[in-house]
Amino acid sequence: MALVLTEEQQLLRDTATQFFQERVPVANLRKLRDTKDADGFDRAVWKEMADLGFAGIMISEKYGGTDFGPVGLGLVLEQSGRTLAASPLVSTVLLCGSAVQLAGNATQRQEILPAIAAGERIMALALEEGPHHNPTRIATRATADGQAFRISGKKTFVLDGHVAGQLIVAARTGGNDNDRTGITLFLVDPKAEGVKITRTLMVDNRNAADIAFDNVAVPSTAVLGSIDGGIDVLEQVLDIARIGLSAEMLGLVQEVFDTTLAYLKERKQFGKVIGSFQALQHRMAVLFAEIELSRSVVLDALSAIEARRNDVPLVASLAKARLSDIATLMTNEGLQMHGGMGMTDQFDVGLFMKRARVAAASFGDGNFHRDRYASLEGY
Amino acid sequence: MDALEKFRQETRTWLEANCPPSMRTPMTSEDETVWGGRNAKYENPEAKLWLDRMAERGWTAPTWPAAYGGGGLSKDENQILQQELRRIKARPALSSFGIWMLGPALLEFANEEQKKEHLPKIVRGEIRWCQGYSEPGAGSDLAGLQTKCEDKGDHYLVNGQKIWTSYADKADWIFCLVRTDATKKHDGISFLLFDMATPGVEARPISMISGASPFCETFFTDVKVPKGNLVGELNKGWTIAKRLLQHEREMISGMGLGGAGSGAGLGGLEQAAKDYYGEQNGRVASPSLRDHITRQKMDGKAFALTMQRSAEEAKAGQGPGAASSIFKYYGTELNKRRFELLLEIMGTKGLGWEGEGFTGDEITVTRSWLRSKGNSIEGGTSEVQLNVVSKRVLGLPD
Repeated sequence: MALVLTEEQQLLRDTATQFFQERVPVANLRKLRDTKDADGFDRAVWKEMADLGFAGIMISEKYGGTDFGPVGLGLVLEQSGRTLAASPLVSTVLLCGSAVQLAGNATQRQEILPAIAAGERIMALALEEGPHHNPTRIATRATADGQAFRISGKKTFVLDGHVAGQLIVAARTGGNDNDRTGITLFLVDPKAEGVKITRTLMVDNRNAADIAFDNVAVPSTAVLGSIDGGIDVLEQVLDIARIGLSAEMLGLVQEVFDTTLAYLKERKQFGKVIGSFQALQHRMAVLFAEIELSRSVVLDALSAIEARRNDVPLVASLAKARLSDIATLMTNEGLQMHGGMGMTDQFDVGLFMKRARVAAASFGDGNFHRDRYASLEGY
Repeated sequence: MDALEKFRQETRTWLEANCPPSMRTPMTSEDETVWGGRNAKYENPEAKLWLDRMAERGWTAPTWPAAYGGGGLSKDENQILQQELRRIKARPALSSFGIWMLGPALLEFANEEQKKEHLPKIVRGEIRWCQGYSEPGAGSDLAGLQTKCEDKGDHYLVNGQKIWTSYADKADWIFCLVRTDATKKHDGISFLLFDMATPGVEARPISMISGASPFCETFFTDVKVPKGNLVGELNKGWTIAKRLLQHEREMISGMGLGGAGSGAGLGGLEQAAKDYYGEQNGRVASPSLRDHITRQKMDGKAFALTMQRSAEEAKAGQGPGAASSIFKYYGTELNKRRFELLLEIMGTKGLGWEGEGFTGDEITVTRSWLRSKGNSIEGGTSEVQLNVVSKRVLGLPD
């Protein structure tokens, strides 16, 4: 098992660290928010990320990618988490890129993957239909209409939904709500007639949208993977996203820990730095322990994808449950230890807390993944 | 075939031929643990046979130099040996504070004569050691110890009292921290070895909440110790003491991974929950209990991965990472939590003391639950461990 980074991976991490610190600091997110940026992310920055090979990190060289693998992508995501960098990494690279790699036919791969790697195509996965993650709770229907399909239904919390040039929609071609079978993935043009996209402004200032499909016509060539067999692809793709988000949250948690520790060494009350108080020291030491465990879990999960281990679902749930909970804990503790200043918009800790909550809720929180873990383990 | 693969083959063949059948079955009680020593009794002759065969190869202390009776194995070879031992579910041939704690300290700090005298006997399980550290007035503040050691020209004279001396009543020798300079604190402590049969040494077992008496109060009244038994320099014992504590903490950390008395006899947490609480559609019938079990399993897995990562980092030459500082704290807290959970799972079946109405496994879990409370106290309390992390790792000031 690879819990230690190779030299090549360390180099990638250093490149990513420098890039996000210099080019996408937290100030970028503030600017996007304060200017009410229509895209919700910086297209120039995304282009630079593509040029550095980040967009094609999971894509093979044959399709113009860099093929650094999941551990490499995890390192990039971790660093992006440290500066709250808004980018389509999750929607386009983790979710849709993986789906096309796993389920796409030769034509679809050739048409889509090089465009993703080049940073020229943003994609979004339209999956959720309720306030809690549930990949089988799908009421959206795709009805056969001759050689084509007609899609009707409502999707919510579609990451990057309003900026995507192409959607992947999970719809029912068979079965009932909550059935595992009968789910099919479709490639859908967001400009098609009957598609209504409404951007939803989230607390973390990152992109999401509600999308309604009203009898939207899609050709049979738009089916991604097999008809009725979409859940197998979805679950693999979701596990990749869960692990990737865990890596992002690891960076976020580490950043809040570091800045809180620095604050404790600087802020004075009662004539001494507050970091000298045991009540705070012990809480930081406990958080330190939790973060060390979190790092091991994320590295193991990333290497599980890379090595194509058969316990990926299990370690994905372990990582997502732990990081969701620790991100919530660390940002709450970090805010408290910053005192009144933590409550101000001027300090970054509040921004990290907001992002932690959204990342935790994405693709299953601690409750979801502990339940899933128990089911996978047979109890 | 490369050298390591050859070593694995040879090891496997040797273990097959030499590990007696009864030593490949799980221990049914802690009484079966082989501690060695002058007064060791072997109910099962195969236990003695297994010890002697392993000791002959130095494999009771696989990585110690062969010159001192050890196995002389490299880290990689030792890893293979441990894997092969696990493969056949072999019991430990010897459990020993000499191997876990004293030996590594002697290898680092003792003179040649002392190493030659003590290490081979530890490897062979001939001498059983105990640890004289804590005193009634020196617990977390260990360096406040007062046991007096005076230089009487041709010998030292030791007077004082130790407490929580594990198995002092069964041990042959003690490694002991003594005060040789009362005007200084850390710089007035020395590290002394002596025979527990020396006149003036008395060990009295202490009854613990678990019903067992593994710890003793140990009294020293005018105990004469040869001067050659001082390890390292006079008044420099604290350095050795601290290093030895690291070994002790590593040993205790391992408890977080679950071992003897961890409820293994009940088939693990989830099986126990199904058996004692019931199941519905293949799930533990209580959703709340099911969630608690999952939290415990997840944290256990995360902890095991972190110990593994630390070992990999050390092997890759990155030194002991900061992660290792949390092992004693996290491992013991995790172990305590597991026993709390097992008791919840077992209900009143986990609350028996002895006799009719309870299985041996149930009584073992209950007693181990009580014993586990000491894990976060012995070898440095959780609070002391958090202090160490705060100050040494995080650099927070006093």
